[in-house]
Amino acid sequence: MTAVPLRAKPSRAGFRAQQRRLNATAYGFIAPFLLFFVLILLVPIFYALYLSLFQNQIIGGQTFIGLANYAQAFTDPKFYEGLGRILLYLVIQVPIMLILALFFALVLDSGRLKGARFVRLAIFAPYAIPGVISTLMWGYFYGGNFGLIAQIFKGIGLPAPDLLSQQNILGSMMNISTWEFVGYNMIIIYAALRSVPTELFDSAEVDGAGQWRIAWSIKIPAVRSAILLCVIFSVIGSFQLFTEPSLLQTLAPTTIDSSYTPTFYAYNLAFNNKELDYAASIAFIIGLFTAIVSYIVQFTIQRRANRA
Amino acid sequence: MKRKSALAVGAGVVAVALLLSACSSSGGTTSSSKVSAADITKAMSKSTTLNFWTWAPGLAPEVAAFEKKYPKIKVNMVNAGQGGAEYTKLQAAIDAGKGTPDVAQLEYSELPSFTVTKSVVGLNQYGAASLKSQFTPAAWSFVSAQGETWGLPQDLGPMTFIYRNDILAKAGITDAPKTWDEFATDAAAVKAKTGSYIANFNPTESAQVLGMIQQAGGNPFSYDGKKTVSVDLQSTAVKTVSDFLTKLIQSGNVSVDPGWTDDWFQAVAKGHYAGWVVGAWGPDDLTGSAGNTSGKWTAAPMPQWSASDNVGGDWGGSSDAVIKGSSNPIAAYEFVKYLNGDSASAKEMSLNPKSLLFPTKKSVLADPAFAAQKVAFFGGQTANQTFASIAATVPAGFGYLPYMTYASNDYNDTVGKAITAKSDIYTAMAKWQADLVTYGKKQGFTVNTK
Repeated sequence: MTAVPLRAKPSRAGFRAQQRRLNATAYGFIAPFLLFFVLILLVPIFYALYLSLFQNQIIGGQTFIGLANYAQAFTDPKFYEGLGRILLYLVIQVPIMLILALFFALVLDSGRLKGARFVRLAIFAPYAIPGVISTLMWGYFYGGNFGLIAQIFKGIGLPAPDLLSQQNILGSMMNISTWEFVGYNMIIIYAALRSVPTELFDSAEVDGAGQWRIAWSIKIPAVRSAILLCVIFSVIGSFQLFTEPSLLQTLAPTTIDSSYTPTFYAYNLAFNNKELDYAASIAFIIGLFTAIVSYIVQFTIQRRANRA
Repeated sequence: MKRKSALAVGAGVVAVALLLSACSSSGGTTSSSKVSAADITKAMSKSTTLNFWTWAPGLAPEVAAFEKKYPKIKVNMVNAGQGGAEYTKLQAAIDAGKGTPDVAQLEYSELPSFTVTKSVVGLNQYGAASLKSQFTPAAWSFVSAQGETWGLPQDLGPMTFIYRNDILAKAGITDAPKTWDEFATDAAAVKAKTGSYIANFNPTESAQVLGMIQQAGGNPFSYDGKKTVSVDLQSTAVKTVSDFLTKLIQSGNVSVDPGWTDDWFQAVAKGHYAGWVVGAWGPDDLTGSAGNTSGKWTAAPMPQWSASDNVGGDWGGSSDAVIKGSSNPIAAYEFVKYLNGDSASAKEMSLNPKSLLFPTKKSVLADPAFAAQKVAFFGGQTANQTFASIAATVPAGFGYLPYMTYASNDYNDTVGKAITAKSDIYTAMAKWQADLVTYGKKQGFTVNTK
C-alpha cells in the first residue's frame, strides 16, 4: 500500500531535480545571449524611454516633463511631413525594388544566363559599397551642371533634368536605395529558390509548362516566405530611411531639410539642436509605427496566402 | 525581426544619448585674480602634455618652436574634424567630463555656444586683455565679450570678391564692381556675353549672407553672457541685403548651386562661375581643384552698398580657446599666446604654404614678407595687401547667438529654401527669426526682438 507512493515520490522529485538541472543548463547556454540582449537592447531602450520624459535646456538644465515630448511630437508638422514622405516612398520604392529582385533571382535561377556568377556579383556589389564612395559617385551622376546625366542630356541636345529639385529628389533617392538593396534582396530570394526541389520543375516541364508558368506557379509560391522576409526588411528599411537623405543632403541641402525623414529629423534634433530628449521620443514613436506597419503587412500577406 | 529593428532605432538614438548624456557643467566662476610671473614660470617648468584640437593643417613648425622654447611642455595636435564635427566631439567630451582637450580651435561664431555652458576658460586672469592692441579690432571683438577674453584670434575671413579677369574682360569689364548695383549690372553683362555666372551664391552659406549684413551695418544677434539673447533679422540692413539678393537671384544672372560638391568644383575649374564673394581663405580652397585657372584671378574688395562707403565684412575665422578641465591652464594659455601672439609664430602661420591662415595680428598684416608677397594664383597681384586693407575695414562687435549650430542649420530650411526656390528672402528671414526665437525660448533663454 505504501510502497507505490514511496516509490513514486522520490522518482517525481528526482525528475524535477533533473528538470531543474536541464533548465539550468539551458539557461547557461542562453545566458550570453540574454546578457547582450539586456545590455545592448533593453538597457538603451529603457534609457531612451527615460530620457524622453525629460527636457534638457541650455539654460535651466534637465527637468521632468512627463509625456510632453510625445504630445509635442504628435502635433509637430515637421514630423508628419517626414512620415508622409516615407509612406509615399514605401508604396512606390518597395514594390519596384522587390519585383526587380525577384526577377533577377528567377533569371539567375533559371540557369539560362551566361556569366551568371558575374551578374550575381555585379548586382550585389552596391550593397557592399561604403556610403562615402556612393556619395561621391551619385554626386557625380546627379550634378546639375557637370554631372554625367546632365552631360548626356546636353550631348544629345535636350534640356538636362534637375534630379535634385523638390519634385524629383524623392525619385532620385528611390533610385539610389533600389540600386543599393536590390542585390541584397535578390540574394535572399535566390538562396530560397536554390532550396526548392528540382523534381518539381522537371515534372512541370514534362507536363509542358513553360519557364514563366513554372516561375509563376511553382517557384514564386515556394519562396513566398523569403519574399515576405524581404518585404518586412524593406518596410523597416523605409521607416529608417536615413543614409540616402544624409548622403544626398550635401548635393541638395535646401531641398532635403533637417526633417526630411523621421529618423533624419531625430538625428538632427539630437546633434544639431541639442534636443536629445525630444529626439528620443521621436525615435520611440518611429519604432512603434514601424512595428505596427510591419505587423499589418505580415498579417495581410499571410492571411491572403492562407486563403489562396 | 520587426520588433528588434524597430527598437534598434531607439537603441541608435540612445547610443547618442549615452554620449551626450545629461550635462551638468560644473559652473566654476572665473577668478579675476592675476596670475603672477612666478606662477607662470612654475607652470611652464612642469612636465605637461597639452592636447590641442585643430583642423588647421601644417602647424607643426610653430608647435615645434614652442616646444623648443618650453622643453617641459609637449603639444599633441589632434585633428578632431573640421568645424561641426569637432564641436560635436568636444561637446560630448565636456558632457562626459573627460577626454577634453586643453586647447581647441573654435570658430568665432561658436564661441558663445561654449561660453554659455562655461566650458572655456576666461583668459584675463592670465593677462590676455593686454594683448588687445596687437590684433585687428574685428578679430579682437570676436573673442572678447562681457569684459572677458575667451580665446585668442587665430585667423580671419575678410570678405573679398575674387574673379576671373579673363572672363570679365570678355564681357567688357576691366575693373571690379565698386558697388553692389554695379555688381548686378556686371552680372547681367557677364551672363549675356560669356554665358558664365559672375558668382554663385551657395544657398546654405549663412555666414556669407551674415557677412554682407555686417557690411550693410546690421548686427542681428547678441548675447549678454547670461540668459538673454536678441534676434533682429527684420532690420533695415537685413532688408537691404535680402532685397538685393532676391532681385539678383531672380534675374538669373547668378547661380545658386550648393557649394563644395563635385559639380561646384568643376564649375569653378571650367569658368562656369566667373567669381566668388568669399573670405580671404577662399582662394586656398581653389588652388587644388581649380589649379588650371591659377594666374587668371584678381582679388578685389567686396562691392559696397553705397559708392562712398568703404566697409568690409567677415566670413569665417577662428580662435584658439583654453578648455575647462585642462590640467595646466596656464601652460595652455601660454601656448595659445605663443602660437597666435608671438610675432614670428603668427607670421610663420600666415606664410606657411600648408596652413595659410589669414593673420589677425597687426604686425603680420603690415609685414612686407606677407603684404608684398606676389601671389601666383592672382597672377602676381599683391593680394594679401588687398585682403589686409579689407581686414582693417571689417566692423568690430558683430555678435553671435549661443546656439549657432541650430541657427545655421535652420537657415538652410528657411532662407536657404527661399534662395533655391528664388522666392523672397526677406520673408524667409522673418521665418528664420521666428524659429530662432522659438528655439531660444525652448532652451530657456529670454529672447528679445526689435
